[in-house]
Amino acid sequence: MRFEDLDKITDRMRKVMSLREGSSQAKITVHMGTCGLSAGARKIMKALIQCADETATKDVIFSTSACAGLCSREPMITIELAGQAPVKYVDLTEEKAKRIFSEHIVNGKIVAEYALAIGSEQTL
Amino acid sequence: MKSCHTHLLLCAGTGCVSNGSYRIKEALERELGRHNLQDEVAVVMTGCNGFCAQGPVMTVQPDGIFYQLLSDADIPPLVEEHFLKGRPVQRLMYTPPETQAPIPKMSEIGFFKKQRLIALRNRGLIDPENIEEYIARGGYRGLAKALGAMTPERIIEEIKNSQLRGRGGAGYPTGVKWQSAARHQSDVKYIICNADEGDPGAFMDRSIIEGDPHAVLEGMAIAGRAVGSGHGLVYIRAEYPIALERLNLAIKQAREYGLLGKAIFDTDFDFDISVFQGAGAFVCGESSAMRASIQGEPPEPSAKHTHATEAGLWEKPTVLNNVETLAVVPEIIRRGAAWFAGIGTEQSKGTKVFSLVGKVKNTGLVEVPMGTTLRDIIFDIGGGIQGDRKFKAVQTGGPSGGCLPASLLDMPVDYERLAEAGSMMGSGGMIVMDEDTCMVDVARYFLDFLRDESCGKCTACREGVDAMHQLVSDICAGNGKQEHLALLEELGQAVKDASMCALGSTASNPVLSTLRYFSDEYEAHIRDHRCPAGVCKALLTFGIDPEKCKACLLCNKNCPQTAISGEKKKPQKIDQEKCIKCGVCRDVCKFDAVTVQ
Repeated sequence: MRFEDLDKITDRMRKVMSLREGSSQAKITVHMGTCGLSAGARKIMKALIQCADETATKDVIFSTSACAGLCSREPMITIELAGQAPVKYVDLTEEKAKRIFSEHIVNGKIVAEYALAIGSEQTL
Repeated sequence: MKSCHTHLLLCAGTGCVSNGSYRIKEALERELGRHNLQDEVAVVMTGCNGFCAQGPVMTVQPDGIFYQLLSDADIPPLVEEHFLKGRPVQRLMYTPPETQAPIPKMSEIGFFKKQRLIALRNRGLIDPENIEEYIARGGYRGLAKALGAMTPERIIEEIKNSQLRGRGGAGYPTGVKWQSAARHQSDVKYIICNADEGDPGAFMDRSIIEGDPHAVLEGMAIAGRAVGSGHGLVYIRAEYPIALERLNLAIKQAREYGLLGKAIFDTDFDFDISVFQGAGAFVCGESSAMRASIQGEPPEPSAKHTHATEAGLWEKPTVLNNVETLAVVPEIIRRGAAWFAGIGTEQSKGTKVFSLVGKVKNTGLVEVPMGTTLRDIIFDIGGGIQGDRKFKAVQTGGPSGGCLPASLLDMPVDYERLAEAGSMMGSGGMIVMDEDTCMVDVARYFLDFLRDESCGKCTACREGVDAMHQLVSDICAGNGKQEHLALLEELGQAVKDASMCALGSTASNPVLSTLRYFSDEYEAHIRDHRCPAGVCKALLTFGIDPEKCKACLLCNKNCPQTAISGEKKKPQKIDQEKCIKCGVCRDVCKFDAVTVQ
């Protein structure tokens, strides 16, 4: 063990720890009401988790919530970047979710064409 | 656990384990598997969360949702509702009795909100059996700093500047102790961690070791560097099986990572730690008795003509620090003395961990800045008295501490104030008593404990405590005399003055403090043959209120002495000659007809 090994371990564990502390740069909430689930919310969740693993994005946490009240536009997710207004995306498919991940989460650019509203339900 | 987006932090402290948290773990894993969620949601067993009253408890991260009082049957609906459908289950959340509105987030629950965690900084957040989680929370950075950027003198200076005082009871300045050991030249020196926590109702040290064992190991290694010692030893009681297991595992992992052993961080510093199991004698927590115990001698204290820091274990310079003291050391080194010294009161810096037990609603483990008032601890964090009874006293400092009355509730808690009030900080036990507690009986209970635990070496302690116990027992039995009070006072003072170790010199505290603050209760026992709290059986008379008695004959059938008689459909009567005052009649009566005087 050298001094710098502590940093390496900390870096490796960052994803686990930001999740434990409930603090991170980005938070993705997948709406999983009955409507969301039947529209395929679980697939969206799996696709997003896969993106996070593939891109080795560490500073993102996932959360689930119940029906957001707009059942006809499910599957729906809300993305919050620290210090920014949350963005709701609707009518998602796995492909759309992947694109949102790489543009919004990784590059910080909102994918306006899939977005429903900006600035609701801030939780971060 | 690689791609899990949710972690269920399930408490595996001793309290929650006895309430079945490992059964909950199995149920969670089974249900998560059933819904094919095992790759998304991980179950992590943590150390004591602190909110023991509500155990088994579980925190869901990253959302911070807190669930309590979990049972096996709660798990299938919980997994389906929350983890499959994203709907947190209100029924299993903490609901304060005053508002009746469930509080979802742990951080917003009163019990947690007012605490400040330093010694318990990782509680409920990490898996104590995984060293990497400790490292990821800043662990071993204090040791890295101490070895890489500080001289031993500088480390001692830093601890002195932080004004850290021993958390085991006496409150001796840690830096001064280290400095003294550093000054004495010797080929071998020892760092001993005192984990022989023996106070009834106290579990601070156990919880720290169970929940964050590496914090203690890191503190010991820093102490080793500061005083020039390569040998650490943890003296832990064998009655702490979970703590012992996690401690041994932590030592093994630290060795594997090169954080214990030879040339730590590639420096010239070697340090290793071994574990010594104590057999559970209260007196072994005393430094010279502990030394004797480790050396294989009878655990009796000896006169301290020389400091242990000069000639302690095996006549070598020895530093003996308490678990909590050592657990805060890495944070002081990492964050600096000024940060630590900025918390607390004039003479007591930092925070203190208390095990809050007794007749308080939220029993558990709490850490607050020094100077927090008793009222804040008992009523804000502790949630007040069970069953909304009246607060009578709080006993601080373990069996040799004292009982403080309601008039001192606004006293800020620190070493000096507690001592002035006739009690002490001790290791941090805090036992809350309500109006149904008899203070004479409490004094009798603690004297009985100390009488058993006295090693018997000093006459003052051996005979004095026994004599006080006899007098107080007599008072409880209704045979007290007015002159007993002065005699107790005098005996207490003599035991205090003439005992060699702290066990004896503090043994009178339960008597002296109850005499000081609750003399009216002693008077009532002696003069009126009455126990105001209705505890001392010899002074009670059971009777049946004929107005309230519905002649259901329940008491009659349940009385073990057949002391209750009466015809059917007529009020029952108790034969005082036969009555042994067991209280069964009062317990079984559904009409509140049994009276106690």
